[in-house]
Amino acid sequence: MKQFDYVRPATVAEAVAAAAQPGATYLAAGTNLLDLMKGGVSRPDRLVDVTHLEGLDRIERLADGSLRIGALVSNADLAHDAGFAKSYPAVAEALLSGASAQLRNAATVGGNLLQRTRCAYFYDTASRCNKREAGSGCDARDGENRTHAVLGWSKSCIATNPSDFCVPLVALDAIVEIEGKSGRREITLDELHRLPGNTPERESALEPCDLIVAVRLPPAARGFAAHARYLKVRERTSYAFAIVSAAAALRIENGKIAEARLALGGVAAKPWRARAAEDVLKGVAPTADAFREAAWRALTDAKPSGDNAYKIELARRIVVRALTLAAAGTPARIPALPASPFASTSGAIHA
Amino acid sequence: MPELNLTSAPAHLRHGSSIGQPLTRRDGVLKVKGQATYAADNHPPGMLFAVMAVSSIAHGRVTSLDVAAAKRHPGVIEIMTPDHKPQLAIDPEIKTNPFVFRMEVLQSNEVRYANQPIAVVIAETLEAATEGAALLAPRYEMLPALVGLDAGESFVPPVVGVGNPTENHRGDIEAGLAAADKRIEAVYETPPQYHNAMEPHAIVAHWDGDNLSVDMPTQGLMLSLGRIAELFGIAPDKIHIRSPFLGGGFGSKGLMAGPPVLGLMAAKLVGRPVKLVLRREQMYGPVGHRAPTRQRLRIGADGEGRLTALDHHARTVSSTFDDFYEPAADASHTLYAAPAIRTSHDAVRVNTGTPLFMRAPGEATGSIALESAIDEMAWACGIDPLAFRLKNYAEVEPITGKPFSSKALRACYDQGAARFGWSRRPLQPRQMRDDAGFLVGWGMGTATFPALMFQAEARAAIRRDGTGAMEIGAHDMGQGAWTALAQIAADAVGLDIDRVTFKAGTSDLPDAGIAGGSAHTATAGAAIHSAGAAVIAKLADLATHDERSPLFGAGNAGVIARDGRLIRRDDESRSESYTEILARAGVAEVEARGTGAPNPTAMEEYAMHAHGAVFAEVKVDPELGQVRVTRMVGAFAAGRIVNPHLVKSQLFGGMIWGMSFALHEEAITDRRSGRIMNANLGEYHIPVNADVPPLDVVTVEEHDPHVNALGIKGVGEIGITGSAGAVANAVWHATGVRVRRFPIRIEELLT
Ligand SMILES: Cc1cc2nc3c(=O)[nH]c(=O)nc-3n(C[C@H](O)[C@H](O)[C@H](O)COP(=O)(O)OP(=O)(O)OC[C@H]3O[C@@H](n4cnc5c(N)ncnc54)[C@H](O)[C@@H]3O)c2cc1C
Ligand code: SF4
Repeated sequence: MKQFDYVRPATVAEAVAAAAQPGATYLAAGTNLLDLMKGGVSRPDRLVDVTHLEGLDRIERLADGSLRIGALVSNADLAHDAGFAKSYPAVAEALLSGASAQLRNAATVGGNLLQRTRCAYFYDTASRCNKREAGSGCDARDGENRTHAVLGWSKSCIATNPSDFCVPLVALDAIVEIEGKSGRREITLDELHRLPGNTPERESALEPCDLIVAVRLPPAARGFAAHARYLKVRERTSYAFAIVSAAAALRIENGKIAEARLALGGVAAKPWRARAAEDVLKGVAPTADAFREAAWRALTDAKPSGDNAYKIELARRIVVRALTLAAAGTPARIPALPASPFASTSGAIHA
Repeated sequence: MPELNLTSAPAHLRHGSSIGQPLTRRDGVLKVKGQATYAADNHPPGMLFAVMAVSSIAHGRVTSLDVAAAKRHPGVIEIMTPDHKPQLAIDPEIKTNPFVFRMEVLQSNEVRYANQPIAVVIAETLEAATEGAALLAPRYEMLPALVGLDAGESFVPPVVGVGNPTENHRGDIEAGLAAADKRIEAVYETPPQYHNAMEPHAIVAHWDGDNLSVDMPTQGLMLSLGRIAELFGIAPDKIHIRSPFLGGGFGSKGLMAGPPVLGLMAAKLVGRPVKLVLRREQMYGPVGHRAPTRQRLRIGADGEGRLTALDHHARTVSSTFDDFYEPAADASHTLYAAPAIRTSHDAVRVNTGTPLFMRAPGEATGSIALESAIDEMAWACGIDPLAFRLKNYAEVEPITGKPFSSKALRACYDQGAARFGWSRRPLQPRQMRDDAGFLVGWGMGTATFPALMFQAEARAAIRRDGTGAMEIGAHDMGQGAWTALAQIAADAVGLDIDRVTFKAGTSDLPDAGIAGGSAHTATAGAAIHSAGAAVIAKLADLATHDERSPLFGAGNAGVIARDGRLIRRDDESRSESYTEILARAGVAEVEARGTGAPNPTAMEEYAMHAHGAVFAEVKVDPELGQVRVTRMVGAFAAGRIVNPHLVKSQLFGGMIWGMSFALHEEAITDRRSGRIMNANLGEYHIPVNADVPPLDVVTVEEHDPHVNALGIKGVGEIGITGSAGAVANAVWHATGVRVRRFPIRIEELLT
């Protein structure tokens, strides 16, 4: 392994200062970063270990009714926090559908937000990849790309963002709190990840040294608790990334959808908020027709980037199903097979 | 090596009947406590770490390596390259015997496949060696890579598998097809797959002058020993290999491959002990894999649903420099009674590491195609798939006409179908739904695997303190040899299992042959059985010839060895303990050797196979195409079951592998570069626990007097066969969509 410095600051300010050096990278649980380092994809000169920073491991209810999740809360702790799962069930379900129990125990909120794409050509350093090495080309375009993007891709990059967690978060208007060189600022999660355009190497709105300190769910996010689901189609029941996923959240009043939230995962370089689909659902009854219409709207701009045209139709169907499940009501407990189409199968053993 | 502290004190005392008892594995406690030393757990003093640099291209030449940069890295001691390495005694490309696997041990700059070793960095730490390897920054002259089943001109290989004829036929295929009422022709594809044993290939090598000590997982201690001896030009008795535990092998640790040889060379180069462990992605190349296949089946059946012809052709690949051809079509030799059968193979050469046997080589790939095609034919004839198989039940081996040494397949069908509830299956596909609206499908497949025997020898001893010893260089790959063979040993010397010291897993013990072909328990067991008989005979001689013994003169009547005593066969009141016999004779111990080997006469006379029937239920989401196996039942007849508990585990493992074959496993190869894009356990999918349904295994009673003295047929591989087809057929029955390219993908079910 390449030799690197390792520093373990105790405060956020020290961390930001320690990351100012070129070649420095934040290290959280390392479940993504260490793999990248072992594969020679990332070769940082300095790791700034943020896992010992004070005060970032809390889940706090704020006075205005929003919820603040520290960047170091583990994926598992967050999902298993009973209060959290009750208020934001789709987020908990998405978390529990990701990776494996061991990985979720380690992985942090901040790290999950900033995990890198799983494009195989990005990981294979012998391949050309614009994201890994700007301007080198994209070997995925004519390669094995049946799981690549169908929305928001460019000729430079057709990779997807693999996070499950981010999908319901973007649907619920989550806000990201950032500490940087010039102090604290916040952006919406929707603004955090960038589409590739001509600069796929720039994946997020973060500047060098920017540290995610928390994710906030605004007060309105709780309003969907009764009708919120995450659905993830993948090639095995657990421990696999989504081919396509969707988070659907509805506020139903008097038999009508007062407000809908919908986002797709596995389809683009960012968690894909489908606002046009949300619009058609506003004020209508939660019917199959309405959901199909929403699905069409959500995928209007989709186009295959390779051998993946099926993902567009699959995404439509997932949208319909996710909305149907959400309309049926959040189950009292998170299913044993979270987010699986087979979640309703009785007697299943926990994934 | 310290004595293995295997768990003794079994739950019940067993007198002369250890065989057949469901003992849990005797090495289980060691493994749970982390005290079972696998090869890479060894750290002799002064040991260095070696890391291979591997090629990122699939075809071409290495033109430069930045050796200076690597050497400058702190901790790096040596860089082994084609220009700087110990000389081998023979050219590694020479096939001195059919079991030589051509390897890359830096004999040239040529690159023949991706992940081929091109240099080895030796350093004080693993981290330094790893970075040294990265700093070599190889440059290449690249040539176009040959990739896939259509990479070039096909040819007919001289043999397939291990010496099987490339083509076989019986009867007239074209006439059979012409006479058929129903004909189907279908093409199935199976992908490249990698063994992916949990334990990567690893070696700790230590030269002491000309003496060589090796810790290395191997499925063939003596084959490895012989190969090391010839490669390094040293006498076999100078080499000591320890391989007490393997974290799986599945065939990939059967033949000596390049990486462990590089470990030996590295140790020689630096004159210190060296450890070399493959990284996961490095196992996708130099240590074998299951080759992809494209199989065409043409089947004819008459108006009653009786087969008239079965034509099975398989295209496969081998490497550009060596020959191993997946004998996929041979799966059609034994199961169905078609009057005309033809099997044939052709191949193309591609830039890949040489394929090798991987758990059920040929049988697994061939079975999923054959069982799918039989299912298609049953449907074409409008007959239930089980009824169709019974109509075409082979009373003699179809390809040879030989009778079976034993064949309880009918009982497997009956018992499996009854357990599963098969009789309630609607003939038409897409008829069943569960409460939640999922499509439900039921499929079945027939399992078969040859009952093989290799050569083995064992040494047995009985000691004056009333204990016994059994020694055999057998291999425990996780299948439970430490337990099952010890059970056979206990019965062989007429002692309780905890009174027999069972030694295995090192190269100084008698040759147990290879742990492969599902033949290890049978072969090593036969040797143990005969060594036990021989040592008891010696002991009996001492007693029956000594007039002071109560057994004096019992020579003709004979004695029985039981619970540490010899007992006169015709008068059980006359007996004497082993201790008494040896004490009186004034000897510390008696010992004898015995062998296990195939019986050529029986093989000439009989076809020998294990059989089984597997039934699977799947659920498929009708809109989203995701598949879930919800139930599997397998009924297997495999001769004598030495340990029902371990046998069940083997069959479970096989059935899970079969489901993996149908739904998950595939090495995704970039068609331009020939590189494998998912060479890691995150993305090379195998089922996880949440995918594995309740499995039900029935072992059907079967007594086979011909296969070997103990009537053992072996269960290591058969579980995959039948299972893969059963799952694929269940997917068809659920959806009405016949997918012929494996693994079955979601997009193919999005109708
Ligand atoms: C085999 C496997 C399967 C997986 N399957 C799934 C899946 O199905 N679904 C899914 O969603 N995920 C999956 N994951 C990904 C997993 O969720 C991420 O690896 C994990 O969330 C990353 O968190 P971490 O704390 O380990 O981050 P790290 O690996 O430590 O960091 C990841 C990145 O984020 C940066 N970073 C970390 N924290 C901060 C911070 N506070 N501020 C700024 N930058 C930061 C790091 O610099 C690094 O670039 C899988 C991972 C593996 C290895
Ligand atoms: S799709 Fe993006 S990440 Fe993948 S190879 Fe192309 S540029 Fe790189």
